[in-house]
Amino acid sequence: MTKEAILGAIRRGLKRGPLPADQQAMLEGRLATHPRHLIPARSRLPRPDQVALFIRNVEKEFGTVERVPDLAAVPAALADYLATQNLPPRFALAPHPEFEAIPWAERPLLDFERRRAQATDQVSVQHGWAGIAETGTLMLPSSPHRPTTLNLLVETEVVVLRASAIVGAYEEAWDRLRAESQDAVSGGFMPRNIMFVTGPSRSADIEQTLELGAHGPRRLHIILVDDDPAALPPGDAVAPPRTAEPGGLAPPGD
Amino acid sequence: MVAITSPAFKENAARALADPGLQKALGTAKGAFLQRRAAAVANLPEFEQLRNTGRDIKNHTLANLDFYLEAYEAKVKAAGGQVHWCSTADDARAAVLEICRKAGARTVTKGKSMISEELGINAHLEAHGIRPVETDLGEYILQLRQEHPSHIIAPAFHLNREDWEADFRRLHTDLPADRVFAERRDILAEARGKLREKFLAADVGITGANFLIAETGSSVIVTNEGNGDLTQTLPRVHIALASIEKVVPTLEDACNMLRLLARSATGQDFSVYTTFSTGARRPGDLDGPEEYHVILVDNGRSNMIGTEFQEMLRCIRCAACMNHCPVYGAVGGHAYGWVYPGPMGSVLTPSLVGIDKTAMLPNASTFCGKCESVCPVKIPLPKLMRHWREREFERHLTPATQRTNLGLWAWFARRPAAYRWATRAAIGALGLLGRGKGAFRSLPLAGGWTGGRDLPAPEPGGTFMARYAKAQREARR
Repeated sequence: MTKEAILGAIRRGLKRGPLPADQQAMLEGRLATHPRHLIPARSRLPRPDQVALFIRNVEKEFGTVERVPDLAAVPAALADYLATQNLPPRFALAPHPEFEAIPWAERPLLDFERRRAQATDQVSVQHGWAGIAETGTLMLPSSPHRPTTLNLLVETEVVVLRASAIVGAYEEAWDRLRAESQDAVSGGFMPRNIMFVTGPSRSADIEQTLELGAHGPRRLHIILVDDDPAALPPGDAVAPPRTAEPGGLAPPGD
Repeated sequence: MVAITSPAFKENAARALADPGLQKALGTAKGAFLQRRAAAVANLPEFEQLRNTGRDIKNHTLANLDFYLEAYEAKVKAAGGQVHWCSTADDARAAVLEICRKAGARTVTKGKSMISEELGINAHLEAHGIRPVETDLGEYILQLRQEHPSHIIAPAFHLNREDWEADFRRLHTDLPADRVFAERRDILAEARGKLREKFLAADVGITGANFLIAETGSSVIVTNEGNGDLTQTLPRVHIALASIEKVVPTLEDACNMLRLLARSATGQDFSVYTTFSTGARRPGDLDGPEEYHVILVDNGRSNMIGTEFQEMLRCIRCAACMNHCPVYGAVGGHAYGWVYPGPMGSVLTPSLVGIDKTAMLPNASTFCGKCESVCPVKIPLPKLMRHWREREFERHLTPATQRTNLGLWAWFARRPAAYRWATRAAIGALGLLGRGKGAFRSLPLAGGWTGGRDLPAPEPGGTFMARYAKAQREARR
C-alpha cells in the first residue's frame, strides 16, 4: 500500500521503526497543548493602543476604517460610505444573528438580502469574527452565518467588527476559537474554512508592481463598532473618522 | 513531469544573457523584492529569533514526519475529507484524474502551485479531455503563452508589460482590437473579467498548500489575488496538492512560519489572504465545496530524509534565495531548465530528478552565501550545493578538462613546497609579461576570465605566502 511505502521510506531514512509508545505520547501531548512560540512584542499594548495599531495596519494595507459608537450607527455609516464611493445601496448581508439588532429601517434606501454572495453582487456586508492588531488582519471563519463567498465575489467588502473582538496576535484569536467554537462534523473547533484577510485583493505579477483589485474585492472597508469602553482613545468618546493614505501606490478603485 | 533542459544550462544561460527582453524584465524587477524584504525585516526586531524557531519547528517535524503525517490524515478524515497518499508523480496524476472523472469535470480551475508544475497536472488533464485553467494572473498569461514559470512566487518574472499587452490582444480576440491599456491596472482588469467566467463554470478547483496542520487536518494557502480562494470555494470539488514535508504540528507552529513567509517572499507583513481549509461544506453552510481531497505526494522527498540533503525539506518556497542570487538575477529562472530555479532549485532538482541530468545546477553559483543569509529557515544552501559537487565528481559527471585541472590542482595542493614553487614561478612570469601594461586583456587558457574583464598583472613583491613569511621573520627580529 502506498501509505505504508511512504511511511516505511521515511522510517528507513530516520533509521528507526514506528515511534515507541512513550515518544508518541509525548508528541500527542505537544499537539494537545500546542505551546506558543515567541510572539512579537509590537501588539502587546494597552487596549486603546492595540485598537489604534489595528487601524493603522489596515490602512497601511490600503483598507479603510470608520469607528461608530454602536450597532445603531451602522446603517448611516454604511449608507454614507456607499454614497461616497458612488456605489449602489444594494448589498448581500451576512445572515448573522448579531445583525438582526441593527435598525436597518432607519435608512430605507438600503436594499439588502441575507444570503451568500453571487457573481453579480457589487457589495457585501460581512460579520467580522476577530481583528488581529499585529498586522491589521481580519479573521473570518466560515459558518452558515458567515458565508465565504461574501469575502470573494464582490468588488467592495464591508466588514462590521466589534472593537472587543480585536486581539493583539494570531495566537490569541486561535485560543478564542478553541474556547468558543464547536464543529458538528469533526467534533473539533475548526470550521470548514477560515480566511485571514489583510487589505483588499492585489497582484504584483506585472513587472513586480503592486496593483489593487485582482480577483477578490478592490475595496475593503471596516465599520468598527466601539463596544469596548476600555478600547476607546483616552479623552475621546468617539474617534474622528479616518481615511487611508495609500502612499504612492495605486489607490483602491477610481 | 515537465521536460528538463538542465543539462544545457550553459547554453540556456548564454541565450538568456543575450535576450534583450529578458534582460529588461530582470532589470525592472531587480531590487523590488529585496528592498521590500529588507524593510519588512527591519520592522520586526524579533525576525532573527523567528528564523531560529522556524528552523527548529521544521527539524522537529521532519524527525517525526511519519507520526505527524498520520496524525494529520486522521484529522482530515474526521472533518469529512480524504487523503490520497502518492509515492510518485504518476500516482498523483492518476489520483487527480480519477477525482475529476468521478466529478464529471469538464473544466478545472487552478490556484498557483509549484507541485502541480512538478507533477505535470495540466498536460495530464488535457490529454484526458479535461481543460485546466490557471487563475493566478502570472500563471494565466504563461498558460496563454504555453510557457512555464520562471520564478516560484512571481511566475511571469521574465515578462515585460509590453508582452502582457501583446498577448492579451492576440488571444482575447472577442474584445475590441483598439482598446487602450493606459495602465497596468487595465491589464489586470481584463484578466479579472476573463477569469470570472471560468471560476463560475469550473467543476473542480485545484490548489497547492503552503502548510498542512497535523493538529486540525487543515491545508493552508497564502495568496494576494484571491484566485486561490475562489478556486477552492466555488467548484463542487476541491483538491489540494501537497508534498509530505508541508506538514507542521500545530496552529502555533504555523503562525511562526507565516510570520516568516510573507516577509521573506514579497516583503509584506502578512499576505492578503491566508486561508485554512478543513474538510468539506458543513451542514447549513451556504457555500464551499462538497468534496475535499488532499493529494499527499512523496515523489522523491522521503529519499532525502537521513541524507545530507534532509535540511532542504525545511524549505517553505518563499523565493528569497533566488531574489537575492546574482546568478538568478543575471539569467532568470528558465535557464535552470526545470521547475525550481535559483539556489533552492540547484539543491532540490538534483534530489528529485537525479544529479546525472542536473550536475550543472549546483555549479551555477558564485557561493557568495547571500541565499543562506536570507533563508527564513536557515537552509545552508551553499553547503548543500557543495555536497552535490562532490557527488558529481565522485560519479565522474564532471567534464574531462575540468577533472584533469582539478586533479592537477589537487596534486599541488597536497604538496605545499611544490605549490609555492609553482605559484612563485607563475606570478613571476606574469609579472614580467605584464610589466608596464598593468593588466592583461587576454591570456591563453584564461579566455573564460578575460572574455568579460581584464586580469590585473601581479605587482612586484612576490606571492602572499612569501610576503607573509617575510613579515613574520621581520616581526621576530
